[in-house]
Amino acid sequence: MLEVKGLRKSFGGSEILKGVDLSIGKGDVLAVLGPSGGGKTTLLRCLNFLERADAGTMTFLDRTMDMPGSGKKDIAAYRRHTAFVFQSFNLFANKTALQNVTEGLIVARKMARAEAEARAMAALERVGLADKRDAYPSQLSGGQQQRVAIARAVAGEPDIIFFDEPTSALDPELIGGVLDVIRALAEDGMTMIVVTHEVNFARNVSTRVLFMDGGKALAEEPTAAFFQEQKLERIQSFLRSLDRKEGEL
Amino acid sequence: MSERVLNILITSFPRILGQGLLVTIPLTVISFALALIIAVICAMVQIADVKGLKQIVRFYIWIIRGTPLLVQLYLVYFGLPDLGVALPAFPCAVAVFALNEGAYCAETVRAAIEAVPRGQMEAGYCVGMSYIQIMRRIVLPQAFRTAFPPLSNSLISMVKDTSLAANITVTEMFMTTQRVAGRTYEHLALYAEVALIYLIFCTVITWLQRLGEKKLNAMNGGNVIRA
Ligand SMILES: Nc1ncnc2c1ncn2[C@@H]1O[C@H](COP(=O)(O)OP(=O)(O)OP(=O)(O)O)[C@@H](O)[C@H]1O
Ligand SMILES: [Mg+2]
Repeated sequence: MLEVKGLRKSFGGSEILKGVDLSIGKGDVLAVLGPSGGGKTTLLRCLNFLERADAGTMTFLDRTMDMPGSGKKDIAAYRRHTAFVFQSFNLFANKTALQNVTEGLIVARKMARAEAEARAMAALERVGLADKRDAYPSQLSGGQQQRVAIARAVAGEPDIIFFDEPTSALDPELIGGVLDVIRALAEDGMTMIVVTHEVNFARNVSTRVLFMDGGKALAEEPTAAFFQEQKLERIQSFLRSLDRKEGEL
Repeated sequence: MSERVLNILITSFPRILGQGLLVTIPLTVISFALALIIAVICAMVQIADVKGLKQIVRFYIWIIRGTPLLVQLYLVYFGLPDLGVALPAFPCAVAVFALNEGAYCAETVRAAIEAVPRGQMEAGYCVGMSYIQIMRRIVLPQAFRTAFPPLSNSLISMVKDTSLAANITVTEMFMTTQRVAGRTYEHLALYAEVALIYLIFCTVITWLQRLGEKKLNAMNGGNVIRA
């Protein structure tokens, strides 16, 4: 469904993405793992044009775009099929939970208010926060904010959702609730790319794993193969270091 | 206090206050409203980095902030007629106050917009909104909350600065007071009286500011200003 070839991105002379390829089919959940600074966030931001790639082509729903050259209209059309969930939630601070979800539907998609609200309520219900519809972001916990952000993403009925470390900004006791929501989405067949440091989540929920290090994709393979038949020493040592950390807790 | 002074104060009070309500307040309100429009446009031009326009805006802010308000009033009212542009006193005062305050408020508004976290804009893009839509519905309302106290400050300054319009023959409160004082020689009492009226005006604005802040806070669920 989404295929990217030769994605490159530099910031001020240093190349952060050095030619990344990836491909994801409908219903796939691609977990993006890798050490800090490896370029995972940059990759995801380039995929939704929050950052403009220096090189690369993207094929999405059978349309091919040159990533550095694509115009505003193409990007806007593409974004109507995608959604993004940020590490720091980025809920609209001046809107209630319900308005956060309806805003894009009403303003960008010109949906009638009643229809947008019905759809938004269904989305909030899905993340278990229907009762918080009138709360402002500042009145919600981090975990609740992230679940509203996921409802906002889902309400647009995207073909693919990008998650950038959706639980990294959360207190440990709030992580589970958010991961449960994402897992439920996966079970419903939602296509997703999830940057995460939660290895168990990647192991249990994802169908494929992309391992990023130093701006390159060191591996892109089915989840089972990634964890069970890992041949690359670099990745083995990364996984071992995570196991150690979890052991310490 | 002698009976004469008391009488002068009592008879002049409605006259001065009346000029305040009829001239000072409209002059302030119209000028400030225009200043806000100028400020938002200038701030947006700078933030959106509109080539060419941005240089013009920087130049305008530089000129205004670098010269005294009184000199600006004289330039426009007494100077421009030499170029064939002769404005009546009141519109002239409105133009100068609006342009002057607009330059200062532009910086306030720009700082407030820049204080809205980048993620708000990005989240807007990701749900498909356009730059203008996000600005109008997400960023500016939040920036307005941040800018509201400093803008109220500017408004309070402006109420008092309108007394400078007396210099270009606008008969606002201060000029009215000057006239009475010139006739009666009761300077201390009359200038204290007009000072008191300015104080009342500013107190009312401060009170409205508190009310406005409460309302804005309620509309934003308590506190908007967070990282
Ligand atoms: N806007 C930017 N300007 C300059 N450098 C940047 C910018 N964004 C990212 N970088 C650099 O790019 C590199 C990769 O960053 P990125 O955020 O993509 O890594 P990451 O894999 O997401 O790391 P983490 O796991 O810590 O989130 C880092 O060295 C970072 O300093
Ligand atoms: Mg990151």
